[in-house]
Amino acid sequence: MLSKGNIGMHHQTTETNTRSHLFKKDIIQMAVRKYAMFIALIIIALLFQWLTQGILLAPMNVSKLIMQNSYILILAIGMLPCILTGDIDLSVGSVIAVVGAIAGTMTISMNMSVGLTIVVCLVVGLIIGAWQGFWVAFAKVPSFIVTLAGMLLFRGLTMVILDGNTLSPFPESYQFVAQKFLADIPLIGAIPYSTILVGIIVAICYVLSEMNARKQYIQYGVKVSSKKAFIAKLSLVTFVCLYAAYWLNQFKGMPIILLLLAALIIIYSFVTHRTVIGRHIYALGGNERATQLSGIKTKWVRFLVFVNMGLLAAIAGLVFSARLNCAGPTAGNGFELDAIAACYIGGASATGGVGTIVGAIVGGLVMGVLNNGMSIMGIGIDWQMGIKGLVLLIAVGFDIYNQAKK
Amino acid sequence: MSKILLEMQQITKEFPGVKALNNVQLKVEEKTIHALVGENGAGKSTLMNVLSGVYPYGTYTGDIIYDEKECKFQNIRESENEGIVIIHQELALIPYLSIKENIFLGNERASHGIVNWGKCRFEAMKLMETVGLQEDPDTPINQIGVGKQQLVEIAKALSKNVRLLILDEPTAALNDADSEKLLELLLRLREDCNMSAIIISHKLNEVTKVADKITVVRDGMTIETIDTHVEKITEDRIIRGMVGRDITHRYPMRESHLGDVCFEVKNWTVHSPEISEKLAVNDVSFNVRKGEVVGIAGLMGAGRTELAMSIFGRSYGTDISGVMIKDGKELHIKCVSDAIQNGIAYVTEDRKKQGLILINDIRVNTTLPSLEKLSAHGVVNENEEVKVSGEYLTRLKIKAPGIYQNTGNLSGGNQQKVMLARWIYADPDVLILDEPTRGIDVGAKYEIYCIINDLAAQGKSVIVISSELPEVLGISDRIYVMNEGRFVGELGKGDASQESIMKCIMQSNK
Repeated sequence: MLSKGNIGMHHQTTETNTRSHLFKKDIIQMAVRKYAMFIALIIIALLFQWLTQGILLAPMNVSKLIMQNSYILILAIGMLPCILTGDIDLSVGSVIAVVGAIAGTMTISMNMSVGLTIVVCLVVGLIIGAWQGFWVAFAKVPSFIVTLAGMLLFRGLTMVILDGNTLSPFPESYQFVAQKFLADIPLIGAIPYSTILVGIIVAICYVLSEMNARKQYIQYGVKVSSKKAFIAKLSLVTFVCLYAAYWLNQFKGMPIILLLLAALIIIYSFVTHRTVIGRHIYALGGNERATQLSGIKTKWVRFLVFVNMGLLAAIAGLVFSARLNCAGPTAGNGFELDAIAACYIGGASATGGVGTIVGAIVGGLVMGVLNNGMSIMGIGIDWQMGIKGLVLLIAVGFDIYNQAKK
Repeated sequence: MSKILLEMQQITKEFPGVKALNNVQLKVEEKTIHALVGENGAGKSTLMNVLSGVYPYGTYTGDIIYDEKECKFQNIRESENEGIVIIHQELALIPYLSIKENIFLGNERASHGIVNWGKCRFEAMKLMETVGLQEDPDTPINQIGVGKQQLVEIAKALSKNVRLLILDEPTAALNDADSEKLLELLLRLREDCNMSAIIISHKLNEVTKVADKITVVRDGMTIETIDTHVEKITEDRIIRGMVGRDITHRYPMRESHLGDVCFEVKNWTVHSPEISEKLAVNDVSFNVRKGEVVGIAGLMGAGRTELAMSIFGRSYGTDISGVMIKDGKELHIKCVSDAIQNGIAYVTEDRKKQGLILINDIRVNTTLPSLEKLSAHGVVNENEEVKVSGEYLTRLKIKAPGIYQNTGNLSGGNQQKVMLARWIYADPDVLILDEPTRGIDVGAKYEIYCIINDLAAQGKSVIVISSELPEVLGISDRIYVMNEGRFVGELGKGDASQESIMKCIMQSNK
């Protein structure tokens, strides 16, 4: 009797062992899939770090990298919801140009105040978004066509406003967001080590919110990771935050645009994942008819997505014209494709319903690092384009292969 | 006795979990019209798909002997080369191409890949004359009526030198005059072109008129073949063959406690969005009480789904008129969210295309219409959501590793349960279930019937639309019979039987 029981128990333990082993393998596989692009970004960055003899990740270049790519990343944040609903917006490059043109005319030609200009530009963005949203959502014209028309329309409008000229330079205060650093803000500039302070604040906020979430999980009986793993995760993120702050501080400190970008990423990640409207966007992209039959006003969801895109395109337009310090008729040419590519590289599905804001940012950074790294190495624009094209194709191909394997 | 053109022997075809065909025998003689009758899901279409190579040789067992040869069709092309052509219920015509292009689609009159339009046109006119279609061969298909489109399909079949023509519900979409014309054409082609035909139809009056032989199929088996020249055929005789099966405890028992009338629809009329003069739903009135399960029986295309969807926030149809009353108050519902707010829920017929978001998990699918309940200031309380969907997972016995399982990976029965979970959580007073057990196995069916009974016991009003007569009879307190957009009968539990329902339908066809 006794021996029999023992055998049974022994058998059971081996079974649990193999199962937990399998489970571990599963988790690793899932993590690789989930963070594939993130890992690819790190590998690409390290590769160029080596190829450029350490220039890529030098504090000055990191600042430059962030400032140079900020407007593409802002566009990608707006583009992702469009792609989630199964649509696309080809007009954002032209919207950037038109916003820059309006801003230039108001501040440079007409000497109007910067504050008013920014408000007007944001409102123009909303109106453009509403215009395109109306055609897509209510008139049911495919978004590809509506925004292709918009691309031509707003490019033409830019030329009309600028009369073919390039306006420059913008007032100092207009350039502030895109070109200055944290230490340049008068009050904050008085505080020593302000960038490191921000890093500490971010780390503290992160730790607190994670601990709060964990407490709630336990309260609702949701399974949580072990305490060890949790503390390891917290320390890792805290370390990365502080180190990044320290690194940026080596140059001129934190670029102001990074704060804006971080705020947008946090807000939009929250909206897409935690709010009702976010759920509706994903549902609409996953199965429009089913979403409609669940009582969701799909037309309005789609409309709002385009209005939002218009707003973010206007923000990107302000940042871009401020960074270049001029408003020209060819501003933003081809940016729509960079933003769309960022979303796809970041794992968004071309048929809608799949994708994350963070993914789109990672995708945008992959493109940005490639650009910047190759430029430092002195590779010509011809090869840069070709390589970027291949990266897009391989990234999406890899994603589809992964999905099929599942 | 004339020569046998086609013989299908011991055909068995299985789908995962279901035996669609079980040892089916079918013999078709040359120069005859052979009718295949049976309920929805009896296996008629599956049999014809086996014959025409839609299901290739090897995916079924049994032999097909055609023209004294054994045939092993791998695809439709091979069966068409032998002169077996199938015309499906949904016509396979390209709406923007002309008549002549459609006739020769996939069979172009061409040499070296270059189409000879002159020859095309000439031959098309000849074929059109044979089928009695008077139109310009250059007219686009979408500009001629359904009746004429059906003739184009037959002309297309003739262009492939058809010897055995299979028609799946050819007259379902036609009016009486067009149906008459089509049937006469079949009789003429039998005489003039030595053509045989297999015709699948629910309209027994037509079947008795044109068929030389009638084979009755039920539950994937051939029950009998009747020779109309030997035996005088009545519709009752056929119906008995079609439905005669015994029901034994496939439906859980329920004691009904009926309350007041909860929901009432009066003079409900809906126009079809495609053809505005066609009435998809024609002057329908009905009611349902608290704690009552009402069945709506009818054949496919009777207008039941259209009725349900038009009630559920005008999701189907145009020009909707009629009155909807709930708890004594008239409802003015303009969109789906209005319907949900007024306590009406609808579980769609097609759970994959219109129901679930297959790329999302059970949790998201369960709470989709009820997110407002789970959120404050537009922010979803995900912890509460996890709790709720976990509760429904156990309550409805959804078999899945957990609530994070994608619904696309679930079996049909479990997908249906997720749909039910979604709408039960929305807490409606009136729940409309459209074909709730289509394509799911017997065990899951029983569990779904239990869920329906539970809902009725809680005082909900449940409306079940089903094409399976035994199911409607097994679970309903009261049955409405629908045909061609109208309600053609109302039967209490006592006087409802498969025969009486079929009779209501057949009588209204005349």
